[in-house]
Amino acid sequence: MSTYLEISSAGAYASIQDLGRFGYRRIGVPWSGVLSPRLMRIANRLAGNDDLHPVIECFDGGQQLRAGETPVRVAVAGDASLEISSEDGPRQVAAWRSFVLQQGETLRISRIAPGRIAVVALAGLDLPRMLGSASTYARAALGGDRGRALAAGDRLPAAACTGGAERTLTSPPDPERTPIRLVAGPQHQHFIDEAWTTLLGAEYRISAAADRMGIRLEGPALTHAPQFGHEIISDATVPGAIQVPGNGQPIVLLADAQTAGGYPKIATVISADLPRLAALRPGETVRFAAVSAAEGERLARLAESHTRALLDAVRDIPGTGIDIAALYSNNLVGGAISALAEEYRPLATSFTG
Amino acid sequence: MALSILDAGDTAFTIEFGNAIDPALQAEVDVLDHAIEHACARGELHGVIETVPTFRSLTVIYNPVETDRETLLARVMPLAQAATHARTNPARHWLLPACYEGDAAPDLADTAKALGASPERVVELHATTEYVVYMLGFLPGFPFMGDLPEALRLPRRTEPRVRVPPGSIAIAAGLTAIYPWESPGGWHLLGRCPVPLFDPSRAQPALLRAGDRVRFTAISSAECARLDRALAAGELDPDTWCQAEAQTA
Repeated sequence: MSTYLEISSAGAYASIQDLGRFGYRRIGVPWSGVLSPRLMRIANRLAGNDDLHPVIECFDGGQQLRAGETPVRVAVAGDASLEISSEDGPRQVAAWRSFVLQQGETLRISRIAPGRIAVVALAGLDLPRMLGSASTYARAALGGDRGRALAAGDRLPAAACTGGAERTLTSPPDPERTPIRLVAGPQHQHFIDEAWTTLLGAEYRISAAADRMGIRLEGPALTHAPQFGHEIISDATVPGAIQVPGNGQPIVLLADAQTAGGYPKIATVISADLPRLAALRPGETVRFAAVSAAEGERLARLAESHTRALLDAVRDIPGTGIDIAALYSNNLVGGAISALAEEYRPLATSFTG
Repeated sequence: MALSILDAGDTAFTIEFGNAIDPALQAEVDVLDHAIEHACARGELHGVIETVPTFRSLTVIYNPVETDRETLLARVMPLAQAATHARTNPARHWLLPACYEGDAAPDLADTAKALGASPERVVELHATTEYVVYMLGFLPGFPFMGDLPEALRLPRRTEPRVRVPPGSIAIAAGLTAIYPWESPGGWHLLGRCPVPLFDPSRAQPALLRAGDRVRFTAISSAECARLDRALAAGELDPDTWCQAEAQTA
């Protein structure tokens, strides 16, 4: 019997990602990769994978994932509301932990909030690497399942579930609502002085055009200095770069964005805060604050030590390691798991910002 | 010459050599790129993720958990000042097939009108010019090539297309390019090249590389369709259209 997880519904959007595809920006290949490496690492740690194993990155909920002919272990990182439907009816499960889906059971991500991204790790997910990565980059048919985003009917090969304790992260990271920090960009002098003040003082709205390529912001226009105009000789872009086309509305580039561009870049969002920006939903607002590149580096190191502390805090759930497959198949622990759910994620739904 | 260091956040900086599209600047970028590649190979630039050469600048991307900008600049700037050795990659010469007729050339008539020339003259000028590949970017395998003859220079389309078909040969702003993938795009589409420019299964996924020389040879729609079939069936290797490798200074 083959072990797999079938995509019954890809929801709003779901794709296979890992840390990304590095070393090919010089030939026009963006990194792709998860928008939140922290969520990927936690989900993998929970599922018992290597931290950098490919995962399913889910946007905005609606995803339904069904275990095939044999049980599979999955884990979800992110503030998601989850439900497992089986022959016995639906049961709630908590995010930030692993669990086993019995054959035929479907995990549904009903809601993701706050934020719009949840990461599902599948124990032993087995996909080929292309140019060193399994990350999906659909425009060039790279990575993922046949080079495209996940779709209903896709089957992801996994490792047979051999029992072992479930894992949980009892104190997940708190959502932060502080301003997104940025560093003055390579062409910040291509704008009038007031543009910088505006960018740091005004509130910008996440428009409907927000995906893995980038986020178009809506707010007060950032005016180009007349002597520079609103185009440059194309140069390299990096994720986090804020480019400003002629209409003055900023665009933040993300993982799948083009590797070079001809619009002036007024600022670059620091790497520590980019996942937080990428997780904002259309209609939400954002404010920015300026830091130096050196301060950005310090914050990157701080974020990394925070991630490592979170990974170190992943624990086995007591009482779940005893021939769990047999317990599940006898329907002995389903109720116990849902009873534990609130205990393990008491704040999951109470945070409203 | 004076170099500028541009900030690109907490994971990158850009070393800019000038503010023009100029083969001499591109060559300087290339030299520094190779110097950094060698320094990385010697283990001297721990924490560098990759470098991205463009028309007139080189962007160095690094992991701020493993290194920092100050450390890297102290090692990279002497390389930029001292790097004088010749490019290590020989320039390759390509003669790529180009179909300038029918559906393959949706903007040819309008472009000719805008330039005040006949479509035949536009095709002749485009196909008889040798271009240098300045850089790859925007999309996987997408070559920015130049320079266009003066008679073919015009700004981008005022209304970018939502969908540029893959293989489209396009011109704008003094440059010509080939779209390897379907994409939105604002350039004028003069023709189609059936040769795939990107194949991840090859050791060098991008067919072209910075510094290569490219010319086009006009082919009919029927010949283009024949090449499409032969390439798809694996009967033709894209390297077929590489004519020679020549050492350049």
